[in-house]
Amino acid sequence: MDTQVLTDTFGGEILEVTLFRDEVTLTVSPKALLAICRFLKEDDRFDCVMLSDLCGLDRYPAIPRFAVVYNLYSPSLAHRLRLKALVDEENLRIDSVTGIWKGADWLERECYDLYGIRFNNHPDLKRILLPDTFEGHPLRKDFPLQGRE
Amino acid sequence: MNDSQVLTINLGPQHPSTHGVLRVLLDLDGETVVDARPDVGFLHRGIEKIAENRLYHQIIPLTDRLDYLAAMSNNLAYVLTVEKLFDLEVPRRARYVRVILAELQRIASHLFWLGTHAHDLGAMSPMFYALREREEIMDIFDAVAGSRLTPSYLRFGGLYADIDGGFVRNTTRFVSQFGNRVDEYEELLTENPIWKSRTKGVGIMSAEECTAMGISGPLARGSGLARDLRKSSPYSSYEEFQFEIPLGFQGDVYDRYMVRIGEMRQSVEIIVQALEGLPEGPHSVVDAPTTFPEKKNLTTNLGHLIRHFNLVVEGVRPPAAEVYHAVESPRGELGFYIVSDGTGTPSRLKVRAPSFANLQGLAHMCRGRLLSDAVAIIGMIDIVLAEVDR
Repeated sequence: MDTQVLTDTFGGEILEVTLFRDEVTLTVSPKALLAICRFLKEDDRFDCVMLSDLCGLDRYPAIPRFAVVYNLYSPSLAHRLRLKALVDEENLRIDSVTGIWKGADWLERECYDLYGIRFNNHPDLKRILLPDTFEGHPLRKDFPLQGRE
Repeated sequence: MNDSQVLTINLGPQHPSTHGVLRVLLDLDGETVVDARPDVGFLHRGIEKIAENRLYHQIIPLTDRLDYLAAMSNNLAYVLTVEKLFDLEVPRRARYVRVILAELQRIASHLFWLGTHAHDLGAMSPMFYALREREEIMDIFDAVAGSRLTPSYLRFGGLYADIDGGFVRNTTRFVSQFGNRVDEYEELLTENPIWKSRTKGVGIMSAEECTAMGISGPLARGSGLARDLRKSSPYSSYEEFQFEIPLGFQGDVYDRYMVRIGEMRQSVEIIVQALEGLPEGPHSVVDAPTTFPEKKNLTTNLGHLIRHFNLVVEGVRPPAAEVYHAVESPRGELGFYIVSDGTGTPSRLKVRAPSFANLQGLAHMCRGRLLSDAVAIIGMIDIVLAEVDR
């Protein structure tokens, strides 16, 4: 996979490219997330038509503390690509990718449920695994393993 | 006032047709489903949170409890991910045994699906046939791992223990007769007019929809998508075996039935090849830092005792990095995403559960169909709620 194309097209919006065990991880600026996702989905060289997985990440004590990780998959080219967008704790918001991959709906709800990260323009952002009355977001590092009660 | 009135009813969470604690809010206009809203989470145990507080090898038993109908596949997906993190080469014998176990598990899972799904639609007999054969596989698992549903048999670098002659003998006997057994299931259902009328044209999902929703496994293949991770990105020596990917055309419940029947036959092909070519050699890497020493050495070798102690108390320390690895489980793409910070416990472990993505397609498949079709569709998706809710 040629990540040079991406750095040429998006320049400074791609903050970091890491390669580990042949897996490419791109850390991208949240502002450019939708444009990059759309490009990866529609460009024939990447053809990432499938969003395999989406999840949150609590990077405590690093700053910015949170991240949203997108594991993309191209069935035609049989390659994977990982995007990571860092989100600041003060403004826990990021654009929803439901407009690009429909399947992101539940995944983003889960991410909101477990980390409290909000997704702009999500069609129905509410808790999915935990009851609506639940307080807190259990996959955050400061949430106790035994629960709060 | 509208002459059609929409009535909202609860299907589940305690209902035999929902295959676990799934609640579906159905908006009905007469008997027609206007909308279906699945409500999940009743079985949420916080497995991902628990995993962040366990050593790497302590997570293997947790993976059994995700998709409990295909625990071997879950074991496999997890150990492969960790092995990728450590860059561990697994002996060929262990890779072959893993393939045999994963394919036996696929057959067992499809059998359970076939029995319960047919039962949902009013055909009682397939359940008894399917569970009879599934029991033979459970016995094979019981003999190697000491457990039927939760084997925890795979380890980083290989297997917990080597297989014995009984395993090869029993598996050979099973696969030699299983082809005929699949013929028996097909006699009961494939040309059965009631079965066809309940499943043909029901729950159609196009290939494009499947891709957009992230739907994988037999559901995607039923819609004509030739997607199988065993072919496209082979793991654990799958590239050494000859097999086909059964495909559907229309993407209805019947096509998914035919796909799963075909997959059971292909699994037999794979197991036969793996048994024929089963290499001799070690069942696990020896002396790797990730591997527990053999129990018989603990009383005689101080070095092994120290390594065992360290593994139990501190675990193994992978490089600080992140990996994702996916396998083709009976339900589709089952992946693990692990973020390591270099300590003995993962900093984040995310399970990409195929049932979670597949269940998301339920509303789309149910809309405009009858209430009785909704039962057929839920059964066809083959969900395991333990995996959806984690």
